[in-house]
Amino acid sequence: MSHGNMNLTLKVWKQKNKDSKGKFETYDAKGISPDMSFLEMFDVVNEQLISSGKEPIAFDHDCREGICGMCSMYINGRPHGPKQGVTTCQLHMRSFKDGDVIVVEPWRSAAFPVIKDLAVDRSSFDRIMAAGGFVSVNTGNAKDANNILIPKPDADEAFEAAACIGCGACVAACKNASAMLFVSAKVSQLALLPQGKIEARERVLNMVAQMDEEGFGNCTNTGACEAECPKSISLENIARMNREYLVSNALSKK
Amino acid sequence: MASSPKLNSKIPEGTIENKWTKYRSTVHLVNPANKRSLEILVVGSGLAGASAAASLAEMGYKVKVFCFQDSPRRAHSIAAQGGVNAAKNYQNDGDSVYRLFYDTIKGGDYRAREANVHRLAEVSGNIIDQCVAQGVPFAREYGGTLSNRSFGGTQVQRTFYAAGQTGQQLLLGAYSALQRQVGMGAVKLLARHEMMEVVTIDGKARGIIARDLVSGKLERHFGHAVLLCTGGYGNVFYLSTNAMGSIVTAAWKAHKKGAFFGNPCYTQIHPTCIPVSGDHQSKLTLMSESLRNDGRIWVPKKKDDNRKAIDIPEEERDYYLERRYPAFGNLVPRDVASRAAKERCDAGYGVGTSKMAVYLDFAANTERYGKIEATKHNLHNPSKADIIKLGKEVVKEKYGNLFDMYKQITGEDPYEVPMRIYPAVHYTMGGLWVDYNLQTTVEGLYALGEANFSDHGANRLGASALMQGLADGYFVIPYTIGDYLSEEIRTKAIPTDNEAFVKAEKDVQDRIDKLFAIKGSKSVDHFHKRLGKIMWDKCGMARNKEGLTSAITEIQQLKAEFWKDVRVTGEANEFNPELEKAHRVADFIELGELMCKDALHRNESCGGHFREEFQTAEGEALRDDDNFAYVAAWEYKGDSSFELHKEELKFENIKLAQRNYA
Amino acid sequence: MSKGFLKSSIGKKFVMGTTGLFLISFLVVHCFINALIFFNDGGLTFNIGAHFMAKNWLIRFGEIVLFAGLIIHMVQALVLTMDNKKSRPIGYEKIDGAANSSWYSRSMGLLGTLLLMFLIIHLAHFWVKSRFTGLPGEDANGHENLYAVMQETFKQLWVVILYCLSMISLSYHLLHGFQSAFQTLGLNHAKYTPLIKKAGVAFSIIVPLIFAAMPLAMHFGMIK
Repeated sequence: MSHGNMNLTLKVWKQKNKDSKGKFETYDAKGISPDMSFLEMFDVVNEQLISSGKEPIAFDHDCREGICGMCSMYINGRPHGPKQGVTTCQLHMRSFKDGDVIVVEPWRSAAFPVIKDLAVDRSSFDRIMAAGGFVSVNTGNAKDANNILIPKPDADEAFEAAACIGCGACVAACKNASAMLFVSAKVSQLALLPQGKIEARERVLNMVAQMDEEGFGNCTNTGACEAECPKSISLENIARMNREYLVSNALSKK
Repeated sequence: MASSPKLNSKIPEGTIENKWTKYRSTVHLVNPANKRSLEILVVGSGLAGASAAASLAEMGYKVKVFCFQDSPRRAHSIAAQGGVNAAKNYQNDGDSVYRLFYDTIKGGDYRAREANVHRLAEVSGNIIDQCVAQGVPFAREYGGTLSNRSFGGTQVQRTFYAAGQTGQQLLLGAYSALQRQVGMGAVKLLARHEMMEVVTIDGKARGIIARDLVSGKLERHFGHAVLLCTGGYGNVFYLSTNAMGSIVTAAWKAHKKGAFFGNPCYTQIHPTCIPVSGDHQSKLTLMSESLRNDGRIWVPKKKDDNRKAIDIPEEERDYYLERRYPAFGNLVPRDVASRAAKERCDAGYGVGTSKMAVYLDFAANTERYGKIEATKHNLHNPSKADIIKLGKEVVKEKYGNLFDMYKQITGEDPYEVPMRIYPAVHYTMGGLWVDYNLQTTVEGLYALGEANFSDHGANRLGASALMQGLADGYFVIPYTIGDYLSEEIRTKAIPTDNEAFVKAEKDVQDRIDKLFAIKGSKSVDHFHKRLGKIMWDKCGMARNKEGLTSAITEIQQLKAEFWKDVRVTGEANEFNPELEKAHRVADFIELGELMCKDALHRNESCGGHFREEFQTAEGEALRDDDNFAYVAAWEYKGDSSFELHKEELKFENIKLAQRNYA
Repeated sequence: MSKGFLKSSIGKKFVMGTTGLFLISFLVVHCFINALIFFNDGGLTFNIGAHFMAKNWLIRFGEIVLFAGLIIHMVQALVLTMDNKKSRPIGYEKIDGAANSSWYSRSMGLLGTLLLMFLIIHLAHFWVKSRFTGLPGEDANGHENLYAVMQETFKQLWVVILYCLSMISLSYHLLHGFQSAFQTLGLNHAKYTPLIKKAGVAFSIIVPLIFAAMPLAMHFGMIK
């Protein structure tokens, strides 16, 4: 079945499971339409593999509209590929040329072990969230919403930090596999809001401790995370987290 | 008409305003010490699942949460754009619990249960309070108060929002509450786990069989109660705005274990989606309903007009919504707008290469905004180019992210040319039948959020899905589950070597073996696409007896072919997305048949269910309240066999009336 | 301060940033004193400065702190580099770093190593002589004539080239390090950060330029 007239060569990381050694395999992607998303191109390749009795390439994906954060491919040396501000599912084949060779790898990080092929385990992010990425308020505790007044600029800034989709592109992009952008986005969002201020000190200490325990690298401020973030989360958040951490540490009684 | 004796909706006595308050104060409770020994399994981690799991764990229950994604934060609630409704009356525009209740019943075309909807309206305000307390960054005014916007089908501003990412922010709020409980050890999180079967013992739900999607191992989990918060089944159409993993499997397994399926044919088709660009397409993308505030919908007056949109002069354009519905114009409810687009395209007036699209044109309002801006900036005699430039800035501020998304997907710039849009499957109002407690017809088995049928009738209003998911999870189930669990405090945890668990696991294993044994020639997606086409053509926006009858036969044939000719690659004991899909598509095929049967039996048009035989002279939906004011709850009776039970819908507070938007 | 601070990722970065800023402050002093050669008075003024630096006890103590700072900066860099290596045990086949970051921000370790090599040679050229092996004679004011050592050293073309290349390394190291230190300390502000960045760029160009001008000017006889 032909969809378009682009022909591409894919060099894709194949790895059976987390304990096995992986290697690159080469695939031909034929009859690709420029209107396809990158994942739909993979669908076509997989369909061809299945019909020829071979095993398809495993990859994570879900919403396919750039918001769930599940898709995660490192394409030609960049997380989510050559276009800025989009996830892999929103990257379209018109960003490539007929005849291109495309190298596709999983996110690489000690804290993101490969599960199979291009799918990695990002539960480290969940554990960081469980360590402090919340406001301790039980259901039913809340008072009327408009009793908490929040200056619009603060609300807007918190929202921008909260736009993080937890895809892990920041980790994948960072030469040190650091998770600072992800962690700082949540720390910032809650530190900017009065609801979150009450536990701000505890939160930043606990989340950073968990981040370190998971084996993420250290930030060297290259800014690659910000440049590759599909939601353009700002480096300012990292500075804010550093500040929060330094102050919290200085005032900590432990 | 009397309700089927098998359906006890357990609606409390009393006036509509007092039902919930009184019930809440009298429902049985479980004391804190006993809660610690009661286990609850929550399947799904979207708004309903995450909020329920967090709330129940806060109360002291032992909770396990299952989600098939790598993290609970990925659940498809995250993709909701527009907002969440609540009867706060912050805008002083006359909103009230009653008005939200009324709008929801009317919007649902009088096919929802009054008591549930009123409760939903009552707790709507608490949802906003709770979310704000969690740090959800809702949009705000300069004075620091919360901001609201208006949405289709209402006359008040009651929609709270966080830019175009409200679902994301609400889900992340619920997810953070959930992770807090995970961190405290009150919730055990099982990500990359898919529920494969419900385990029932003596007619009560006592656990599930789950598959660890990474290792492929089947696991047995005991629970005193099981909550299905697994969302809707729009992907039965293959192409929909749902996520790839939005599936019916959990609900369908429950259905086959005795949970009745309510109103399966009620499907919401959203009018403003990006049209299909080719047969490679895997999903459709929604463009927020808010675009209809400033976009005018039109098609050429001439059939097969192949000119570019900008070359078609004003007098040769048919603004068909404004023509047909002068009062509401481009802001008619979703079902009406969708059908009108289909009508024009079917008649041969569609645009684009596929001819299955209509224009959504921002030119007129861009110019209007430009003129306003020019006046604001004191520009005298501005050139047309200046006006357009100023207007584009306004449009950009309002819809910038949506325009960017459209451009990214289609490669066309909507600032320069009109958008092309077409309706797409978006939400399913139907789902597992539940009583007032959200319990299905299987004791101890609950359904929350989109997975149940309860609150939206035959059509859901915008910004109400988020409200319902969170209402069920935060403020309904924590109370209503006590009614059941208070009777279960003496039930000790049942060991999972119980024969019911063993048998359920074996059934799942047998099915996996069977799927691998077929070794057919066609991929799972092949069957899914074919099912989708049957469903879309014959059980989509418009249905008729003939089409539905033939669809049922076609689906039965497809099912037979699937079980003969599907090819599932890989192995069972590994991460195997093809095997996952095979299970899911097998369930979708069976569901598709039931949807067609439900649509065929409902000889009326209402909300998202439009039967061509039942329409007014103007082509509007024609309800039959005398014969169809009931919930159709289907009982599974074996392969391709379903028995209909009816729950009569009594409207004691709202008068039944024909919806009129002209 | 809590116990784990120095072991935490942010703590380690804090140490890098503060020692970095400290070394930057030293560069200012060093640059200022050395620039005295541009009085072009046969090194008399410069030697006064050098004499003060050599004899003042506070400065002597400062020198110890400086070496400590330098060593901590280097050791911490080594620790961080090893940490970071562990964070990505399997590397990428293809990396398009230029798409998202500057090459020098990704090459601080390399630039730092080059600077360390330079530093060893530089210390051997001047500091070892002035502190241990002794300087050749005194100037007209009776101060040790470090200036003469400079003149002697910079007669060799390879030294001049090495110094100039090293100043390029220093420039790039500072170009990232200067603003990075502020970011690490949490000093990022919509209004002030652009200023800090501009100041950083100016500093990273001007200071190495002045340093590079010294061997060049001496070698080509522009100052005598």
